[in-house]
Amino acid sequence: MTRLSGWGRTPVAECRVRKARSEADVARAVAEGPMIARGNGRSYGDPAMSPGLTLDMRGMDRFLAFDAETGILVTEAGALLSDVIETFLPRGWFPFVTPGTKFVTIGGAIAADVHGKNHHGDGSFRACVEWVDVMEADGSVTRVTQDDDTGRFGTICGAMGLSGVILRAAIRLRPVESAWIVQETIPVQTVEAAVDAFEARLDVPYSVAWIDCSSGPPTLGRSLVMLGRHARADELPTSKRKAPFKVARPRKLAVPVDFPSFALNRLSVRAFNALYYRMGARNAGETLVDWDRYFYPLDAISGWNRIYGRRGFYQFQCALPLPTAREGLERLLTDISATGLASFLSVLKRFGPDDSPLSFPCEGYTLALDFPAGARSLALLERLDRITLEHGGRFYLAKDARMTGETARAADPRLAAFRDLRQARGWAGHFVSHQSERLGL
Amino acid sequence: MSRSVLILGAASGMARAIARSFAAEGHAIRLAARDPERLKDDRDDLVTRYGVEVTLHPFDALDLASHAGFVAGLPDLPEVVVCAVGTMGTQEENAADPEAGAMVMRANFEGPASILGHLANAMEARGSGTIVGISSVAGERGRASNYVYGSAKAGFTAFLSGLRNRLAKKGVHVVTVLPGFVNTAMTEGLDLPARLTAEPEEVGAAVLKAVTSRRNVVYVRPIWRIVMAVIRAIPEPVFKKTSL
Repeated sequence: MTRLSGWGRTPVAECRVRKARSEADVARAVAEGPMIARGNGRSYGDPAMSPGLTLDMRGMDRFLAFDAETGILVTEAGALLSDVIETFLPRGWFPFVTPGTKFVTIGGAIAADVHGKNHHGDGSFRACVEWVDVMEADGSVTRVTQDDDTGRFGTICGAMGLSGVILRAAIRLRPVESAWIVQETIPVQTVEAAVDAFEARLDVPYSVAWIDCSSGPPTLGRSLVMLGRHARADELPTSKRKAPFKVARPRKLAVPVDFPSFALNRLSVRAFNALYYRMGARNAGETLVDWDRYFYPLDAISGWNRIYGRRGFYQFQCALPLPTAREGLERLLTDISATGLASFLSVLKRFGPDDSPLSFPCEGYTLALDFPAGARSLALLERLDRITLEHGGRFYLAKDARMTGETARAADPRLAAFRDLRQARGWAGHFVSHQSERLGL
Repeated sequence: MSRSVLILGAASGMARAIARSFAAEGHAIRLAARDPERLKDDRDDLVTRYGVEVTLHPFDALDLASHAGFVAGLPDLPEVVVCAVGTMGTQEENAADPEAGAMVMRANFEGPASILGHLANAMEARGSGTIVGISSVAGERGRASNYVYGSAKAGFTAFLSGLRNRLAKKGVHVVTVLPGFVNTAMTEGLDLPARLTAEPEEVGAAVLKAVTSRRNVVYVRPIWRIVMAVIRAIPEPVFKKTSL
């Protein structure tokens, strides 16, 4: 038995873990009964932990083929996005969609159907998935293509591994001319102004806002809206133009120990946020930043999840539909800033249209925050759940560690249909996680 | 001079990591294992990631008579050979059934020594090359918990040491690698202490470094050098009563 948790380090459970190194290993695990596949453990709560067997997929990390004409990579599910970048960025290719960390497996990215800073234009991860090989409950393997007319593709992306084990996938990469991003930072004083900035700049490929949740009225939700696009080779200064894909390796920082719980409090978080805002505002306008700093600022600090101490932390991420988003965001931020609970890393993002059967995004706005684990946070999170429900929003299963099944189903009617489908197809007996049990899926 | 790297026993997780380390440096890779069909995905991976030439070769460590022909049948005499052949069995089985025990000894000592003997002779004649043997800390002192495997590895370690001595002035270098615990299929289900357990990637990096800097005996995690020094120093009257 192994003590496992998600990236949020809560909840923790003793799990039976085995590593899959081949398709035969996966078949054996599926035949044995309740199991769930686990990638690199970067979902925050308990979706990659099973009361049965937790199958570690990182032993299946081989790249099987790459087509330099189309940019389509065939890979086993346990390969990391960081490996994809390391191998293919020097050849002029970058992931079509990437979440905020590069340390996710391809299988995990598909199972959670992760999104990135370009969702408003390009959609979520599944947009770049040409096909997946999935192991069914009976141990057979099906190749499911994106344009598959049985609807099977939609029951895999965003299904959190609850409808089969993803073995391999073909993903399309994006051609880029350099490893650099032209970033534009727009400081704004309120969340209202942040939304205005997003709406005015929907044509920019990447956009995200860092939002200061400790700031109350009159600067409720003051933000740094950060826009970006891949730099063309001819935009680089001559010093960089010779090797457009080469960037200096960042010095790797690490959080060596669990921070004591008093380290993060209202004052330190307020000070951090104020400082961050000032630094960002000073760099307003256009700058050239490398891909790693732009897409993965937190990856530079290995084990950053330890700053919340041994008890861990909760992530909250909701998506609010466009018509109710402004009001909903204001309500959420008012409650959060009044509580004064620490949220270091709060992110606001515009989602584009999305019509997939299970995935999290819907056209509107998504807000992501984290809070130290504890009773006060839990009470706040319950209130945030309610506000989200009142505004027709829904929740991201890759971040969830504590929601009730009732809340999840109220927010997302698609889940009840998915539960019925799991029964009908026999998935319910084979693919089980702590999260699926908690949410009654 | 040839730049290829031959990996014997290429189907293991450790061998995969070692192959990646050398392929990343641009070496052509020869993967050898009993069933080369099983190596196709590994070949595709190395080709896709590193764009190097990769060839697959059937190789049976236990079939000593085939070893000379195996070496002669390679596309070229490799610059580096890494022998990751080995099997642990379980100590209970190895102790209860001496025939199973003998098999473990043959797979970990006799077979590897035979094939490396052939390659050593060819490299000596050429006057260059590096031989890497993946041995084990289990060979440093026999313990009740796995002395059959350990004794085979002890033999292999002594063989490598002697080979290094013999070839030191012939332009051929011999590296002995003592990985300690490694998180692979071989150790699946064992409850291993995290500080002493290396990931296969660490072994890959350590082997590459040992070859380029011409090290003689390397422990993948340095802490093992201390652990084994202590274990070797325990007087036998005390040692025989311990359960390590």
